[in-house]
Amino acid sequence: MGQRTTEVTVGLFMLAGFAALVFLALQVSGLSAAQSGPTYTLYANFNDAGSLAPRAKVSMAGVTIGRVRDVALDTKTFQARVAVEIDQTVDNIPADSAAVIRTSGLLGEQYIDISVGGDTESLKPGDTFYSTQSAMNLERLISNFATGK
Amino acid sequence: MNVIAVLGRTGLDLLASLGRASQFLGATLVATVAGLMPGGGRFSVGLGLLVRQLYVVGVLSLAIIVVSGLFIGMVLGLQGYTILSDYGSESAIGQMISLTLLRELGPVVTALLFAGRAGSALTAEIGLMKATEQLSSMEMMGVDPLRRVIAPRLWAGFFSMPLLALIFSVVGIWGGMLVSVEWLGVFEGSFWGNMQSSVEFGSDVMNGVIKSIVFGLVCTWIAVYQGYDCVPTSAGISSATTKTVVYASLAVLGLDFILTAVMFGDF
Repeated sequence: MGQRTTEVTVGLFMLAGFAALVFLALQVSGLSAAQSGPTYTLYANFNDAGSLAPRAKVSMAGVTIGRVRDVALDTKTFQARVAVEIDQTVDNIPADSAAVIRTSGLLGEQYIDISVGGDTESLKPGDTFYSTQSAMNLERLISNFATGK
Repeated sequence: MNVIAVLGRTGLDLLASLGRASQFLGATLVATVAGLMPGGGRFSVGLGLLVRQLYVVGVLSLAIIVVSGLFIGMVLGLQGYTILSDYGSESAIGQMISLTLLRELGPVVTALLFAGRAGSALTAEIGLMKATEQLSSMEMMGVDPLRRVIAPRLWAGFFSMPLLALIFSVVGIWGGMLVSVEWLGVFEGSFWGNMQSSVEFGSDVMNGVIKSIVFGLVCTWIAVYQGYDCVPTSAGISSATTKTVVYASLAVLGLDFILTAVMFGDF
């Protein structure tokens, strides 16, 4: 086999390898969807953040509009202070909207759902949600039900 | 007393051979760098040798990688469907197949097959070169065997392994899709959708690539070192070839645990 044929075969091999990487990036990990535009940050205080984790989705009417950036404990109020990044395109969330921690499915992962309020004012970058609803705790729910409270 | 002496000798031998192997790797890397320097000359010759070795080590391993990847993906599809359908969650099969392949099976099985197919051949080739005194002849002629023989093979393995592992994962995912979507009737949209929502490019795909780069270096290093260091007899070459496959497999599996603990263990 000549040098030229070897070089061409090796070139094809490397192309196949890179094509595999591109396929894994685009088709398997859906990289293009993860790339998002500019965002702004809002805060929400929860009594119980449950198992909410960074990168969990933030949705409104079932459409993903952002991600959770950070979950930290506020040492003054002993509440969980959650920082969420909202897409810049959604800049008119009414100021009296509520942030609710929900679970996708019965045992799925937790995410923040924003239930829309009716205020004409909208939340500005750095604002905090006025009303929140903590994570549903299945065990507490069952024990409350069992003890009849 | 004798037992302690044997233990001590074994320990010293082990340490000496580890030291020789590290020295050998360092010398090979220095030889490569020297070859890349403008004053070091004959870089074009080196590149030709590298292409030749990429063909032998990488392209010729493609057949076994593609066939194994296809079958492993298909088995994952069948097994996953059987287990997941008990819980009515067979739509999660896409993410199961892709995460298993990208994180573990792609890099590890590729490295094991690579050690068996290419690593043993490298050891036998270099060992025979040593036994027939081709390596010492090169030194007599003023040609550095590390630069002429070892470096191209080491770099070829280092470059080929990640590419082979990526191809293995893609073929495996395709094989899994073939079984679960085409034969068992999982909805195609949920197959890809669940996969895309759970696979992260940085933490899953790239960590797999990093794993396979490490395995590629370790497998080829063990293979060329065993060939270079073997006893120059037919028995010596055969035992060096065996050692290559055994040590490379053990090193891959051990390193895989450590890398997994570092990459995916939450602590």
